[in-house]
Amino acid sequence: MPIIESVDHLTEYRRQVRARRDPNQLQVLVCGGPGCLPLGSEPLAEAFQAEMAAKGLEGKVLLKTTGCHGLCSHGVRVLIRPKEITYQKVTPEDVPEIVETTLINQGLVERLLYQDPHSQAPCPHKGDIPFYQSQNPLVLRKLDIIDPESLDDYLAFGGYRTLRKILFQMTPEQVIEAVEKSGLRGRGGGGFASGRKWRLCRNAPGDVKFVICNGDEGDPGAFMDRAIMEGDPHAVIEGMIVGAYAIGALRGYIYVRHEYPLAVKRLQKALEQVREFGFLGTKILRSNFSFDIKISQGAGAFVCGEETALIASIEGKIGEPMPRPPYPVQAGLFGLPTVINNVETLANVPEIINMGPEWFAAMGTDNSKGTKVFSLVGAVNNTGLVEVPMGTTLRQIIFDLGGGIIDNRDFKAVQTGGPSGGCIPSQFLDLPVDYDSLQQVGSIMGSGGMIVMDSHNCMVDVARYFISFLMEESCGKCTPCREGLKQLLAILGDITNGQGEESQLALMEELCRTMAAASLCGLGQSAANPVLSTLKYFREEYEKHIRDKKCPALVCRQLLTFTIDPNECTSCLACVRECPVGAISGPKKEPQVIDQEICIKCGLCRDACQFEAVVVE
Amino acid sequence: MGEVSLLINGIYVKAPVGSTLLEATRLLDLEIPTLCHHPDLKPEGHCRLCVVEIGEWPHTRLVNSCTYPVEKGLNVQTHSDKVLEARRLVLELLLARTPKAELIQKSAAALGVTESRFKTEDPEELCILCGLCVRTCREIVGVSAISMSSRAPDKQVATPFKEPSEVCIGCGSCAFVCPNNVIPYTEKNGIRTIWGQDFELVACSACGSYIAPLAQLEYWARLTGDPVERYLVCRNCR
Repeated sequence: MPIIESVDHLTEYRRQVRARRDPNQLQVLVCGGPGCLPLGSEPLAEAFQAEMAAKGLEGKVLLKTTGCHGLCSHGVRVLIRPKEITYQKVTPEDVPEIVETTLINQGLVERLLYQDPHSQAPCPHKGDIPFYQSQNPLVLRKLDIIDPESLDDYLAFGGYRTLRKILFQMTPEQVIEAVEKSGLRGRGGGGFASGRKWRLCRNAPGDVKFVICNGDEGDPGAFMDRAIMEGDPHAVIEGMIVGAYAIGALRGYIYVRHEYPLAVKRLQKALEQVREFGFLGTKILRSNFSFDIKISQGAGAFVCGEETALIASIEGKIGEPMPRPPYPVQAGLFGLPTVINNVETLANVPEIINMGPEWFAAMGTDNSKGTKVFSLVGAVNNTGLVEVPMGTTLRQIIFDLGGGIIDNRDFKAVQTGGPSGGCIPSQFLDLPVDYDSLQQVGSIMGSGGMIVMDSHNCMVDVARYFISFLMEESCGKCTPCREGLKQLLAILGDITNGQGEESQLALMEELCRTMAAASLCGLGQSAANPVLSTLKYFREEYEKHIRDKKCPALVCRQLLTFTIDPNECTSCLACVRECPVGAISGPKKEPQVIDQEICIKCGLCRDACQFEAVVVE
Repeated sequence: MGEVSLLINGIYVKAPVGSTLLEATRLLDLEIPTLCHHPDLKPEGHCRLCVVEIGEWPHTRLVNSCTYPVEKGLNVQTHSDKVLEARRLVLELLLARTPKAELIQKSAAALGVTESRFKTEDPEELCILCGLCVRTCREIVGVSAISMSSRAPDKQVATPFKEPSEVCIGCGSCAFVCPNNVIPYTEKNGIRTIWGQDFELVACSACGSYIAPLAQLEYWARLTGDPVERYLVCRNCR
């Protein structure tokens, strides 16, 4: 017998959970997100536990390790509720002071507060920090409050409320209509209308259908889906239940990569809990709807995020994409109609059902509704997870939330949408971010990676990096992607090594056109974006590499010249000792000279020089 | 089975429902080059040489004709500029991969491509990764002794862990179907060597000419339920 037998029982249970809780209870919430965990969330939580026990606060103060708090560059983060005081870069050594000053005496530990980079003013509360002020969290809103391993926590915050609504008040048709009306589009890359996808699958002939949650997040620098799966696993499961009810699926799969062991563990635990409670299984809450979910672990191939490759991987085959049609909604997993939704898409679904499609559609732009989670990384002061309404400008995200560029350097470009996204230059900083606007400037929304680059980044080298990632990750099934990426990398390698020729730029454009048009799957079709966008917006950088054999950003080593400024050199010989090839010499007590014939441009002399006498051009 | 009519290069064609664009174009005797297509194998769209342009201008796109099903009223261009640009570039890429493969040289020359502007890594490479061998072993023979291993750029056809395969019956179908004769295959003194494994060939008990490896005959016996002795006589003597 499940713990919860009916929807009324669920409501009663939720009431009891809430009644046991005091909204004014002092809570210490330690961030256990992907950024903070390796910085030491666990020892920090243990330190709090021990210190609170020593001070007799046990039972009076609630201690929880939660999901991601967002501002990862300032971890480990601690949130103290109900006042919402946030401390940053907290270590176990800070714990006694926090317990004494804040928990016992209601004061502030000033040195652990976030400082506004412009005004230098300390920001004691979460709401004072510009990073949080401009956000509108919908998917991430519970991440810093709930214990991901506690179903009671999720229920207290209104979790699984959709069950009453969908199972007893709505037909599958009405659920699909609601999602269609909300304007929700897939958050995993393509931006396909989720409601339409569900309808196509519902209408596909066949009694056995599947819903798959795509948690195969593989973009370098992206951890949106990971943070959601680790921090709020029940939201994903609840979204899947709604989806399964809408399309008439009996079985669901969550496809998570093996490199996300914590996500797998949390999802497994959450699945056990909901099975025990009766939210999964046969005749859920005495309705006529039965559904269960299995976890399928991937081995970490980037291409397995592509729908048909993902299906092949779950089926136990080599993770290679198959040509479409047939589309997964017609013939997907084991040849049966299948809906594949991304983690973030599914996490949006419960709120759409609870709050209504109009509420959701009120956020965002004409063709992109709701919010989007981005993992903001690279050359910004505040890196981490942000969630903003669609249509927020790049400038707002990078400068207001991100706190601007590190060391006040110049913004150069932002790369959106993962490795196969494009690099967007500064002239588009006021671009409202949505699916269509990004496409117009040669990039993609993708799953929401956002890598900010400044004057220290060489755009040719950036393109080379992404192409080398994609070449390694291409499954190699179709010719344009497999051979095309290999050749693109060879050409980009030539250019960054100073052996580029001008004719190669046109050849790359021609190659990119064919890769985009003739590749089998989305990986190959979008793989050319980093090259095409940098060629379009930063062509002069390519030309400088080719014509002048210079790298303006001083990144491409083979194009650099290391010399010693005789006016600055103190003849300390530190560089001479460091040089691995003996390229530096000169008379004693006189400025030293680098022999350009011998120099291998390793840069050790520059690092060794304390007088900044080594000049790089 | 019904038929649908579609427009191929401006000509109305009727094609059976469920057939592919490639099959439909062959009804018109149009020459569409293919490398990975084989009438007896399920098409998988590896080589991208058979691409055609579909849809109404300006919203046209390239699809591979070997898997794309015929649709009512679909407008198909088999030799548009976009199609030819893609085919030539694909061949140019393959020419750089396998400069000595005659099939590629011939196919490229047919589209006016005689030289590649791209770099060749290994001038002796002959495999174009069309997957015909792997699919034949899986779909026709039914043993899956070989498969694609690794991803690009190290992708290659191999037995598991590149060791002699336990399930290989030495039938040689992979070598037979390979368009570039890449798969090493020798027969000497009643021994067939393939994929690093020696297979003893069985001689016909009547005429004495070699039939096939014992492993293959045993596999036939297992499949059919016949006693293996039945296959120890060659087809001519049976």
